[in-house]
Amino acid sequence: MAHEATEETGAGEAHGAHESHASTGFYWMIAAVLFVITAVEVAVFYIPALSPVLVPALLTLSAAKFALVVMFFMHLRFDSPIFTGLFLAGLVLATLMVGALVILYHLLPDLQT
Amino acid sequence: MADATAAALHADDHHYTATGLPSWKVGFWTFLGSECLFFGTLISTYMVYKGSSVQGPYPHEILNIPLTSVSTFVLLMSSLAMVLALDGVRRGSKKLAVTWLAVVIVFGSIFLGFQVYEFSHFVHEGLTIPRNVFGSSFFVLTGFHGAHVTVGVVWMTTLLVLALRGRLPPSKALSVEIAGLYWHFVDIVWIVIFTLIYLIQ
Amino acid sequence: MTNLWSWITTVDHKRIGVMYFLTSLFFFFVGGIEALVIRVQLWKAEQALISAELYNQLFTMHGTTMVFMVAMPMAVAFFNYVVPLQIGARDVAFPRLNALSYWIFLFGSLFMNASWFVGSAPNTSWVGYANLTSLQFSPGPNVDFWVIGLSIVGIASILGGVNFITTIVNLRAPGMKFMRMPLFTWMTFVTSFVLVTAIPVIAVALILLAFDRFFDANFYVTAAGGDPILWQHLFWLFGHPEVYILILPSFGMISDVIPAFSRKPLFGYPVVVYAGVLIGFIGWGVWSHHMFTSGLGPIADSFFVASTMIIAIPTGVKIFNWLATMWGGSIRFTTAMLFSIGLVAVFTIGGLSGVMHASAPVDLQQHDTYFVVAHFHYVIVGGVMMGLFAGFYYWFPKVTGRMPDETLGKIHFWLALIGFNLLFFPMHFSGIYGMPRRTWTYSAELNVELWNQLSTVGGFIFGAAAVVWAWNMIRSARSGAPAGPNPWGAATLEWSIPSPPHHYNFPSLPVVRTREPLWHEEERREVEAVTLAEPEREPEMPRPSFWPILVAAGATLTWALVMTGIWWVPLTGLAFTGFAIFMWAFENPFGKKAGAHHG
Repeated sequence: MAHEATEETGAGEAHGAHESHASTGFYWMIAAVLFVITAVEVAVFYIPALSPVLVPALLTLSAAKFALVVMFFMHLRFDSPIFTGLFLAGLVLATLMVGALVILYHLLPDLQT
Repeated sequence: MADATAAALHADDHHYTATGLPSWKVGFWTFLGSECLFFGTLISTYMVYKGSSVQGPYPHEILNIPLTSVSTFVLLMSSLAMVLALDGVRRGSKKLAVTWLAVVIVFGSIFLGFQVYEFSHFVHEGLTIPRNVFGSSFFVLTGFHGAHVTVGVVWMTTLLVLALRGRLPPSKALSVEIAGLYWHFVDIVWIVIFTLIYLIQ
Repeated sequence: MTNLWSWITTVDHKRIGVMYFLTSLFFFFVGGIEALVIRVQLWKAEQALISAELYNQLFTMHGTTMVFMVAMPMAVAFFNYVVPLQIGARDVAFPRLNALSYWIFLFGSLFMNASWFVGSAPNTSWVGYANLTSLQFSPGPNVDFWVIGLSIVGIASILGGVNFITTIVNLRAPGMKFMRMPLFTWMTFVTSFVLVTAIPVIAVALILLAFDRFFDANFYVTAAGGDPILWQHLFWLFGHPEVYILILPSFGMISDVIPAFSRKPLFGYPVVVYAGVLIGFIGWGVWSHHMFTSGLGPIADSFFVASTMIIAIPTGVKIFNWLATMWGGSIRFTTAMLFSIGLVAVFTIGGLSGVMHASAPVDLQQHDTYFVVAHFHYVIVGGVMMGLFAGFYYWFPKVTGRMPDETLGKIHFWLALIGFNLLFFPMHFSGIYGMPRRTWTYSAELNVELWNQLSTVGGFIFGAAAVVWAWNMIRSARSGAPAGPNPWGAATLEWSIPSPPHHYNFPSLPVVRTREPLWHEEERREVEAVTLAEPEREPEMPRPSFWPILVAAGATLTWALVMTGIWWVPLTGLAFTGFAIFMWAFENPFGKKAGAHHG
């Protein structure tokens, strides 16, 4: 079948991509993982012994939650890479901006007294 | 060239796309990319002003981690309800669609309830927008997030009413999927806010 | 159907493009008059023809108008009209959203200019630095008009960006791969990405300022731990990508015009594309070169010196590509071509002063002087506007079905070129000799009166050029020679359909095989067999809609009511807007008989 432009329906994505809408069980599992990660985050917050690694641990954990929701609940993992590109364009710039301003305001002043 | 000609003839109706992807979805993901910058700027402002308040209340004195952890759980679970609602619509199950959409609305409203409680409690404790830079940046950031959740609740309620009236068949699943993308996005923004504002003080 | 109602409810990209163009043309003259009053005031040192307050309002509104109500929407006019035709589409992806963008732009612009009628036009310069803009130092409504008006027009740009990205991704005709798209469409694509990412940043900056002014927040209040410099960061994080939003469309236009009138394909097409993409991306990394005098420190400054110098490279690359395209080509010096060559020359000069600014130590002398004014007018007027003029003369026959008058066009060109250079070149000198910007008079001791007088004369010559342009428009549209589908013998798809196009553009969608479909004989015949045919039945097009203008009115009203300072009053506007959005969502864009469309 030649490359066809398909209709805009809700049912499927581009030709050739398999229908990878997961069973609902898969979503429950993701939700459980999110639940657990959040619990771990709160635990990290409260356990004094972990405070030296608080920031990297929390950043990693929340990044994992973020990725899970985006990849699986928002289905980006299985959808066309075009959507990933459109979203990442904004996400990457936003992250760089936050990083740059944090550096300019909190790191550099210490470096260049 | 037969392939291309066939494509061209097929392309005459107003459903043609160059990618086979729905335009609504392309546009909406673009919009979400843009929203990353919107919230990114608000978050940057909060981060820049961390530690700059000249007078209290300060974050460590007033942020309620246990309470906010619960509301965070609630919002996360509402995302689960959202994908289940979409699944229900795709399967043509009015019962599943209605049930899970209702759960999204309820959980979203609970989250908003927590926000309202938190805001009024903070004001009662003396933290207001004018009080200090923490008050300004906290309320504007979380306030705009809350406004986005509110828009989401209204959107979901509209879908719920449509579903109840039997006007959300599988052919309309894209509309629910887009609403879902919005809802999940609001959730992931909260994930970032919860970590950067509440947990990393 | 040419009655008013049909224009109010149109969702046709071609009509919307015309509306954008005419509105931005109107504001071009408004901003131009503001500039000429400034130039008259600056004729002599220490002159006081107008008050300092009025002067502040004039230069603020001149800048704000020219950037947001002229240069941007005029480019959008071309995005609207031309891009769907270039990619072989019948309209943009979201026609009603397209109309919404226009009406929001119009209402927001009118709102901001309404301030003139209450004697309180914005007066804190187009960059609105904190804390001059605070309630303490700007107690009047001037800044409120600015904050609210800009927030409104910003929404239009974001929505437009989403629309054009979706259109270009999803509505390209069969065979039109990305690397076969015309350069103007490519640059529209890049610009749209910069728009949707940069505008939210200034939206937030303005929201923070609004909260400071209306709700006593502390975002830019030093005493509370806030930092006015944050405004500068947020403004320029938007502001620098903004200048690439301004120039990339013009670069795209001349990248189509120069090959057409050199009878040669664009030299190094992929390089020009990648250079444009690089400019769009690196443009995000240079913003603090506007802040070299704000005390960021040597490490930060050095980073931005480096990034600013790097971004000159892809721009320079494009210049060479345009020159190489002309080299060995068979050149026709139409007005469009003259303006394109003019851009290449004049923008280079503006780029050179830009490279000078890139050096922080040098910039310390140039900052806040007329040297900067010279630089950015060279790149914006000499670059952006010349490109828009080129695009205008190039696509005029397609839009109107008539040829532009080439004699008047050449008069326009030479008056513009001479007037422009006479106006802005002397500013390099007055700037280096220390004449500060944004001040209503200058000291006689500076000895810069001669330069100012040259500039004022140049300003009026440039104004005369604008009048010639307007006259050419009117005359050619009425009685220009009729134009066929492809009067220039150009290469791209928009020239394969009648001038002006049918409202449905293409009877059925052509299949494209190369970058220059109309320059390859067999392909041209195949394409024109499709595009010039009369369809058996007219393709179904989206119907006109009343909701876009209503939503735009509601949104503008909501924002405007913020000025009352009473929190619940804007909510009434919000309710109305919400109602209109609901009605829109449930409207079937193709009318009642169409098939299943999600709401």
